[in-house]
Amino acid sequence: MAEASTSRPVTDAAGKSFWFSGKGLVAGIPYLWLFVFFLVPFAIVFRISLSEPLIAQPPYSPLFGADGSYQGSFFNYQLLFEDALFRAAYLNSLWVAGISTLVTLLIGYPMAYVIARARPLVRNLLLMAVMLPFWSSFLLRVYALKTIMADTGLVNGLLLNFGLIDAPIRMLQTDFALYVGISYTYLPFMILPLYATLERLDWSLVEAAEDLGCRSWKAFLLVTLPLSVPGIIAGAMLVFIPATGEFVIPNMLGASDTLMIGRMLWDTFFSERDWTLASSLAVVLLLLLVLPIMLFQIAESRREERV
Amino acid sequence: MSRRRGKVALLGLVVAGFAFLYLPLVVLVLFSFNASKLVSVWGGWSTKWYLELFRNEQILNAAWLSLKIATINATGATLLGTMAGLVLARFGRFGGRALFTGLIAAPLVMPDVIIGISLLLTFVSMEQFIGWPYGRGIDTILIAHITFSTAYVAVVVQSRASGLDRSIEEAALDLGARPITAFLLVTLPMLAPALASGWLLAFTLSLDDLVIASFVSGPGSSTLPMVIFSKVRLGVTPEINALATLLIGIVALAAGTATWIQIRRSGRA
Repeated sequence: MAEASTSRPVTDAAGKSFWFSGKGLVAGIPYLWLFVFFLVPFAIVFRISLSEPLIAQPPYSPLFGADGSYQGSFFNYQLLFEDALFRAAYLNSLWVAGISTLVTLLIGYPMAYVIARARPLVRNLLLMAVMLPFWSSFLLRVYALKTIMADTGLVNGLLLNFGLIDAPIRMLQTDFALYVGISYTYLPFMILPLYATLERLDWSLVEAAEDLGCRSWKAFLLVTLPLSVPGIIAGAMLVFIPATGEFVIPNMLGASDTLMIGRMLWDTFFSERDWTLASSLAVVLLLLLVLPIMLFQIAESRREERV
Repeated sequence: MSRRRGKVALLGLVVAGFAFLYLPLVVLVLFSFNASKLVSVWGGWSTKWYLELFRNEQILNAAWLSLKIATINATGATLLGTMAGLVLARFGRFGGRALFTGLIAAPLVMPDVIIGISLLLTFVSMEQFIGWPYGRGIDTILIAHITFSTAYVAVVVQSRASGLDRSIEEAALDLGARPITAFLLVTLPMLAPALASGWLLAFTLSLDDLVIASFVSGPGSSTLPMVIFSKVRLGVTPEINALATLLIGIVALAAGTATWIQIRRSGRA
């Protein structure tokens, strides 16, 4: 991208002059804010995960003793790796998030496709229709799902009324409820990046394939689908990463013993009041998500370069 | 598969998808008017849950607190996010850009529990070492909300700013406007739609956040989602349906107006 004619061209080598110009100030304020309140906190969580819980204020042991000796240990991590329950919770969180992402993709792709191919007026209306549920409270929508899927809820009530079943089908407090909950609440996050990719797609390539005798489903598989991969990656990561650490959905829709790490972290922190173990749970979750986050960021910066 | 059958199947999938999106909202609205407390029983039409909602001081106080936080958050995040979005769209390469892009992208996907616990521990450590922020409450919720909302606003502003026609700004500069004047008189008005949608997005995100606020709030600063959460986990509470219906109504009205304006504008163009 060409630099504005008024400013000196800034290269990597001239990085210093950038930070001491007016532009540096504009960049510096949000940079500093995010550095202090987003990046530094990770270091602090890691530091506290090396402490042991204490009944004190704050409730963890200092990193250095009174004589200045280092007192940190990987005690919490040891606890975490030796406990099969935590291991199972991490694996199950990745599994549930993965399945839900797949379901969201299967529901979201056809919707994004139709929206991208609609006339401009219809397209705006449909996009608005996708966004509308997102603007109303997430918590209340999950609560609505709860009332729909409960044993005495809407679905079971209707089925029992019409005599289609004799006993309520258990939906709430199963993994099924988690899949429904996550796919439902994260669906717009899948549809929007998919739509953005499909809308910019060069449809003449698809037409060319069809003109050359390719069946339409084959043209879709060979042309449209590969070209929409960036949107699929961005959408999948926008669903998968937060879903892995999800707390509200497993808490409201899952069973009381659902093995989801977000929920275990919450309970460790608020019920057991063990800040140090909760910190180590957060650090390990973050490490598990580093790869997907990097994937997301690469997809994002590619998108940024294209626009 | 014939073309026609394929099209019908595709439309069927899309209708099912929208039904999936809207069924829970319909249920919330319908049952807010249900006289019976049970979801599976229809007890006739009634507005009594609305009356109960307006008598519930705990919910009203929490709603007021959340609206205040959301407003301040949206304003702060729009300021910071606009700066960040412009930096990404306009400043080209600079030393430290890669980290900056990461600091904008990561909050979009970071699980709430990680942001919540790490910010709380940061506030606790800061209080220990520099004495600020003293205790936790509205300030700490605001800092937390502004942090993640800034990233969302930045993405919205960035995509609008990189789509702008720069020749108008360059014309202003060529005609002798100082960069700051050109920015205020030319760039900012062109960015206005992005600022408005960024502000609304930040407002909604703040109004919706349960997890992060639960970590960083203190006694006496329960936001609306925190009150709703503590109520719905105790059981069925129909006045929550009434609250949801009011929220959905406001959102639908705002969205409808926005769409109408957009359609009228595109009709004129």
